[in-house]
Amino acid sequence: MSYRGFEAVIGIEIHVQLSTATKMFCADSTEFNAGDNENTSPVSVGMPGTLPVLNKKAIEYSIKTGLALGCDIRRKSVFARKNYFYPDLPKGYQISQYDQPLCENGTISFKVDGAEKTVSITRAHMEEDAGKSNHHGEYTLINYNRSGIPLLEVVSGPDLRSPAEAAEYARTIRQIVRYLDVCDGNLEEGSMRCDCNVSVRKVGAVQFGTKVEIKNINSFRFVEKAIEYEIERQIDAVERGEKIIQETRLWDPDKNRTFSMRTKEDAQDYRYFPDPDLLPVIVTDSMIEQYRKELPELPIARAKRFQNEHALPEYDAQVLTMEKALADFYEETAKESKNFKASSNWIMTELLRELNQANKEIKDSPIKPLQLGRMIALIDKGAISGKIAKTVFQEMWQSGKDPEAVIKEKGLVQISDPAAIEKIIDEVLAANVQNVEDHKTGKKKNLFGFFVGAVMKASKGQANPELVNKILQEKLK
Amino acid sequence: MNLTFASITEIADAVKSKKVSAKEVAEHFQNRIESLDGRLNSFSSKNSHAVHEAEALDARIARGEDVGPMAGVPFGIKEMFCTKGLPTTAGSKILENFVPPYDSTVVARLKKAGIVVMGKLNQDEFAMGSSNETSFHGVVRNPWNLDCVPGGSSGGSAAAQAARLVVGTLGTDTGGSIRQPASFCGIVGVKPTYGRVSRYGIIAYASSLDQAGPMVSSVKDAALTMEVISGFDNHDSTTTQRSVPSWSRHLKTDVKGMKIGLMKEYMTGGLHPDVQKTVENSIETLKKMGADIVEVSVPMTEVAVPVYYLVAASEASSNLARYDGVKYGYRADFKNLSAIDLEEFYSKTRGQGFGKEVKRRIMLGTYCLSSGYYDAYYNKAGQVRRLIMNQYLEAFKKCDVILSAVTAAPAFKIGERISDPLTMYLNDIFTTSTNLAGLPGMSVPFGMSQEGLPIGVQLTAGHFEEQKMLDVAYALESASPVKGKNPHVV
Repeated sequence: MSYRGFEAVIGIEIHVQLSTATKMFCADSTEFNAGDNENTSPVSVGMPGTLPVLNKKAIEYSIKTGLALGCDIRRKSVFARKNYFYPDLPKGYQISQYDQPLCENGTISFKVDGAEKTVSITRAHMEEDAGKSNHHGEYTLINYNRSGIPLLEVVSGPDLRSPAEAAEYARTIRQIVRYLDVCDGNLEEGSMRCDCNVSVRKVGAVQFGTKVEIKNINSFRFVEKAIEYEIERQIDAVERGEKIIQETRLWDPDKNRTFSMRTKEDAQDYRYFPDPDLLPVIVTDSMIEQYRKELPELPIARAKRFQNEHALPEYDAQVLTMEKALADFYEETAKESKNFKASSNWIMTELLRELNQANKEIKDSPIKPLQLGRMIALIDKGAISGKIAKTVFQEMWQSGKDPEAVIKEKGLVQISDPAAIEKIIDEVLAANVQNVEDHKTGKKKNLFGFFVGAVMKASKGQANPELVNKILQEKLK
Repeated sequence: MNLTFASITEIADAVKSKKVSAKEVAEHFQNRIESLDGRLNSFSSKNSHAVHEAEALDARIARGEDVGPMAGVPFGIKEMFCTKGLPTTAGSKILENFVPPYDSTVVARLKKAGIVVMGKLNQDEFAMGSSNETSFHGVVRNPWNLDCVPGGSSGGSAAAQAARLVVGTLGTDTGGSIRQPASFCGIVGVKPTYGRVSRYGIIAYASSLDQAGPMVSSVKDAALTMEVISGFDNHDSTTTQRSVPSWSRHLKTDVKGMKIGLMKEYMTGGLHPDVQKTVENSIETLKKMGADIVEVSVPMTEVAVPVYYLVAASEASSNLARYDGVKYGYRADFKNLSAIDLEEFYSKTRGQGFGKEVKRRIMLGTYCLSSGYYDAYYNKAGQVRRLIMNQYLEAFKKCDVILSAVTAAPAFKIGERISDPLTMYLNDIFTTSTNLAGLPGMSVPFGMSQEGLPIGVQLTAGHFEEQKMLDVAYALESASPVKGKNPHVV
């Protein structure tokens, strides 16, 4: 993508909060809604003499993510201390990984505007989160609930070329970690945080321009907007003959712009060294095999399978695999209904619409996949018409009841008995003698539709439309 | 029963069999502390609940409960160990008001075994010192000669134990901080193998070197205490999963056929004549007992002191970063906190809170870890450290235990070396390589200088071979020419 003869070079660092029940190095809860400093202990507030002990689950989640991102998993990785002073960093250092990260050299692919894009993953390393400073003008309060929460920092190569690609990359990472169930992907609660490195260069240039880091962007829309702004800002600067300063900038969503936080001259020397309190993390082949076996089918593979084996259109396959829970819902529904496309249609149109309107997640749907599947099967069996099904669906959505129960209670079962239909038709024809006459003599045209409508109305919509058509045609001959 | 000179087992047995109550024991030692410590300054704070805690123990004994192998034994705990509800300052102003809400694992284990904590023992600030002159709580005096230092950094522990103000004490040893003061004060001090004893709740100086150990009056008491404090701790990833041997039960004075190594590099002269004599006497004694004396060599030990100061200072610079005045401990007085920036907040708080020696080491360590210097210093030191360990492992193929001096000379005068850090650092010349290699080491009293100052002998063994070292110490103790000698203050 070219901007006024320039090309953007973008790399993203995403902090993925691993959804372990306890923190990375102690047994504090990671519950988001706890009161201020409720999820703390001597270890997480850095009291004298306390020591970190590694959470095995955090290692498992990190390895699984690494595998899903196609990374090499280091058989021996090392935790290092990143030393700097800040009040919300209780030990005066952050336990992180430096020159020997757990995961390296991966790639992921995704589609942007129909084109396939592949991005390299330079590394994914584990680190602990810091606390949160809340500035109140005159004073600052610190909440250490986040202190020690496990993070996996996923670092992409400088392979992204547009804001749209960057946002789609971030969405793909989110989709993958949610599939793996290692992160809830909740951006508002800070479960994923993006830092974007942006530089520009003349199209065709080999050397990278000076990069600027935009920190802590908490939505994909802002990723796109912040990068967009930053590209324009940098090109303007270059065109004016200015030099880009290597710096860290923050995105201001209210003013729609980035602003400088610190320049490289202020850059800290973190004095990394291996943390002597922790042993190197040794990963065995059998651990990797085990975790690989436990990996779920990932979105791209699953979408391909839906296209190939379920003959779904690409669009359907993509929508249904956005979220693992949705894809699971679809598969269960389809398994019950034995009708792939109808299952996809009902979910993509009716169900997703209702969920959106009610602001509910798929897991909270009052209609369960087996129920929806059975309802679709009832349509295919001819027990209810497609039209009646919409009424049944609404009732199921409201009450959570089984389709059979709704049909029975509301008397919505389709009338497929020719004799019963004939009886209704006879009544309708008897009540419309003049129209029958006009139809037969051809005095009035297009009355057939009127009769069908009248019969359906008389049957409260339950009459099998095909049979109504057939019998009416015979009667009106 | 003479409580003052009773051993750990004697006290515990007497308390458990109700020959004496834990309360009486606690009161006896409380009185000793009250009457004698004014001259020594070995305690930085006292546990005002000690007698109550002893009474509670008596009540449990009366109910027939098993109160543990150290029932009612009064202990003094170095300030480095976190003790729930008792001030834990590391000898520093920056922690002057810090009272931890938790016990270090070691203290928790001792409490479970029945000890009564009498108070916290003075030390060099953050264990950085060899003379106990850098403490915020003031200088500790050597009970054998009040003008002399007790050694450091566990100077308070050594002085209190030598003066029999308690029955047992705990120290920490990063480069000799148990062994050197034990030698200066004529007591037994053991630094176990790295990983043998949990570091959880012990204020960190240099994490890869720190190890806690007993500082007591006899080898047997040391072995007993080690049994209580050692073993895996799920709060410390660096503790070993190995089971804890019953060292005290297996103690023997029979050293026939044992190979005692003399390190060529430590035998080059330069020792104070009285120290030289003590070492020679100990060798002769062991020979007579049937031990074989062999020469071994650990050439890299020549650079142990600089390597030690690089490693220790680097780790310390990071370990001490948490003392920032934000969460606990000392904070500089700011008239208008909102008007000052963070850098000023930190520099004033830390500038006022830390003493000179601590600041010196923080700066040294910060420099060593800085970008561009890391490889030349910390990383290189780590490589040399590995070589030292490998050479030790080679040496231990030829011998069971290495014997040497603990320090080149007996205790020196207060104030004599404090303004000369380099001379002070050389105090550690025989002790630091043990920590760098992660080996167990100890000091056992075996001599006396012309001036009447005690002199210890250092024993070092292979990893997790504490038994061999303790046996040799037990043999030396049984034949010690200074056995039964006590400082005048006692």
